Amino acid sequence: MSTTNKPVKTAGRPLRSLAILALVLIALTGLVFIQGATAVRLGLDLRGGTSVTLQPRIAPGESGKVTNEAIDQAVSIIRQRVNSLGVAESEVAAQGSGTNRQIVISVPGDTGRRVVELVGQTAELRFRQVLASATSTGKADPNATPVAGVSADVNAKFAALDCTKAENLQGSGTDSPTDTIVGCDRAGQNKYILAPAEVLGRQISKASAGIDTQGGSAWYVMLTFNGEGTKAFGALTARVTSLATPLNQVAIVLDGLVVSAPRITEAIPSGNAQITGSFTQLEAQDLANVLKYGALPLAFDRGEVQQVSPTLGADQLNAGLLAGGIGLGLVLLYSLLYYRGLGLVTVGSLMIAGSLVYLLFLLLGKWIGFTLTLAGIAGAIVAIGVTADSFIVYFERVRDEIREGRTLRTAVETGWSRARRTILVADFVSIIAAVLLYFFAVGGVRGFAFTLGLTTLVDLIVVFVFTKPLLTILARFSFFSSGHRFSGLSAKSTGTLSAPKEA
Amino acid sequence: MSKLSGLGGRLYRGETSIDFIGRRRRWYAVSALFILLSIGALSIQGLHLGIEFKGGSSFTVSKAGASIEDARSAVAATGIPGEIIVQNIGTDKVRVQTGALTSVENNAVQDALAAKFSVAVESIDSQIIGPSWGKEITRKALYGLIGFLIVVVLYLAMAFEPKMAIASIIAVVHDVFITVGVYALIGFDVTPATVIGFLTILGYSLYDTVVVFDRVRENTRTITANSKSTYSQAVNLAVNQSLVRSFNTSFIALLPVGSILFVGAGLLGAGTLKDLSLALFIGLAIGTYSSVFIAPPVLAQLREKEPAMIALAKRVNGRGTPAPAAVTATVPTGERRGPRNQPKRKNRK
Repeated sequence: MSTTNKPVKTAGRPLRSLAILALVLIALTGLVFIQGATAVRLGLDLRGGTSVTLQPRIAPGESGKVTNEAIDQAVSIIRQRVNSLGVAESEVAAQGSGTNRQIVISVPGDTGRRVVELVGQTAELRFRQVLASATSTGKADPNATPVAGVSADVNAKFAALDCTKAENLQGSGTDSPTDTIVGCDRAGQNKYILAPAEVLGRQISKASAGIDTQGGSAWYVMLTFNGEGTKAFGALTARVTSLATPLNQVAIVLDGLVVSAPRITEAIPSGNAQITGSFTQLEAQDLANVLKYGALPLAFDRGEVQQVSPTLGADQLNAGLLAGGIGLGLVLLYSLLYYRGLGLVTVGSLMIAGSLVYLLFLLLGKWIGFTLTLAGIAGAIVAIGVTADSFIVYFERVRDEIREGRTLRTAVETGWSRARRTILVADFVSIIAAVLLYFFAVGGVRGFAFTLGLTTLVDLIVVFVFTKPLLTILARFSFFSSGHRFSGLSAKSTGTLSAPKEA
Repeated sequence: MSKLSGLGGRLYRGETSIDFIGRRRRWYAVSALFILLSIGALSIQGLHLGIEFKGGSSFTVSKAGASIEDARSAVAATGIPGEIIVQNIGTDKVRVQTGALTSVENNAVQDALAAKFSVAVESIDSQIIGPSWGKEITRKALYGLIGFLIVVVLYLAMAFEPKMAIASIIAVVHDVFITVGVYALIGFDVTPATVIGFLTILGYSLYDTVVVFDRVRENTRTITANSKSTYSQAVNLAVNQSLVRSFNTSFIALLPVGSILFVGAGLLGAGTLKDLSLALFIGLAIGTYSSVFIAPPVLAQLREKEPAMIALAKRVNGRGTPAPAAVTATVPTGERRGPRNQPKRKNRK
């Protein structure tokens, strides 16, 4: 029996809560327009597209561990490949935590097989002597002087190569180490003819970025080769160092693209090389990371490939919205039938919660790249029920207090102080579930966890700053406090024999 | 509707009372039966795992009048190994599921289907799962389940009482068993969406139990001080008092889930929506049952073993007997009539 007769807490300042909520809603709406986030970003399962989940592992024949840096490097290599498709809003991201991370590639539209074939190849790092280099003007240069000692075929390719085109910055892991190739640098500014590879990435044993404090704080990259690499690199540098530019340059080629093409100033037989230049800290670290990655390239297991045609995407979106509409309609109908006047409070609260969630979807899409998937829609629909549950817990509590003989104005406050705890504990359990689901789930189902967690938070906010203050205000009106037949608080509906009288 | 409200009032005052705690053996028996059935179904039939867990490919062609036979013959002609499952989805879709294939084989199947039904390869919806991926997914799902249970027990033990946490977890494990059993028995596909739905249900089932236990805690806060009712009686009253609330919250939660299930199964045929909502639907129903019929009796049993509660039960049962406390005081201490009577009365069944 609830015999605790604590003094009724003050009703707070209900009007102020509502005013703050209104301000927040207006501010969020304003932000939406300022940020230009006027449409919810839809996931590929709702608009069609291909998504590929890759599980990185160490390439066959190598030993070592998959490091975070290697995965980051793999992500940037794959991003480079995907960008070459030129499809807007393509995404490449690592998902999961620690070293057990997956790489998720999403490309909207009808690209299908090309994406799948493009992303799965292992990217190799190789050192190749530069045979010719030129600034890529964006136009084919038919008058370029053919380079001696290179086949006409390669010369023609070099002349035609346009590094400003996305498709030429692809790098698909198909460059053969024994061929003379043409290639662009990563930025698409220069093009090169490159000799067959003489040193391989796997022959690197160590790479790091450092700063030379004596020589004017210049950033450089240290590079150490293993036994085989030392010999090969020594021979290569001894041969090219006395040649004329660009023949004395050795290009560091990752995935068919030139990352850097340093000039060799002396023969390096020791296996310890230093690459200097006008590096910024970031550039030096990037280069060191590329070299480290080359030392231990990753292979990818194709975990999951999902291809959704735009037609199916549209069907799924419509189905999701329809289910949401029906679900919301039924919940509102039941609330109104059962709780009458109080049901209107539910309707209002759900509308506020709905607009908050919608605004957050818009803004989070802009800020953190949140995309709404089918599972996400399902999460939001399920949340309608969970949100409505909070109101029921509260309303039933208020009715209980009336059954104890309290007046509505008192019942709204004492009922709240008790329901509040229940709602907090229950919502917290939901949030624990959502957070764990988010971290343990992979792929699309994470969207479910995210929306479920988000909507539970919104539920808490709405109950605290809207539903409760609104009820405090409504309790002042005689329609509710006198227990009108349609208020949902009549003697008949609470089951009390006589309506509570105002104290 | 107002009948239910009126019932709420009677339940609240204890005028109408359903004996949830006293008849616990009955509820336990029902649950034990279902759990046995579940274990049986699980060990005989096992779960019907989707391709996400075992690796494989799924291709869906949307074309009016596409027949299962055409799809099967087209795919069989490619000579891919393993079993081929072909089903109609909705009115104008055919879905082909195969075992784990190489990318060359996958392309061959897509090409064969595209040629057979004269549609573009890009318009075929496909899902290709690598063989090692399924293990990864399964592992993650298990970690999620275990992590969830541990965190929630700790949290509830802090927020409520340790024994309430134990009782809620027993109820949750009960829900898990029966839901899995239903899946094994009926042979529904288990996909990652099912697992997610399932984990959500655990959260929801706990929500329900939390609502009931919150009431229990309130009703038992001063229980040892006023000796009006035993712990079990207080729990029973709490369950009755929150019955209308439990019914309403569960029913309202089922409405949107039901609509997802209706739309997902009816319009889309198969996929995330159906899998998710089916798990939610089944789990919600079982979760509601356990939060009323399993968790409170278990809690009552656990707490009734405490010395303070045994003493309380003695005091409460002693009251209302022909020899109440006030009378015993007048009886000469040598006779000890009152106390001697009580154990006898307690033994009477």
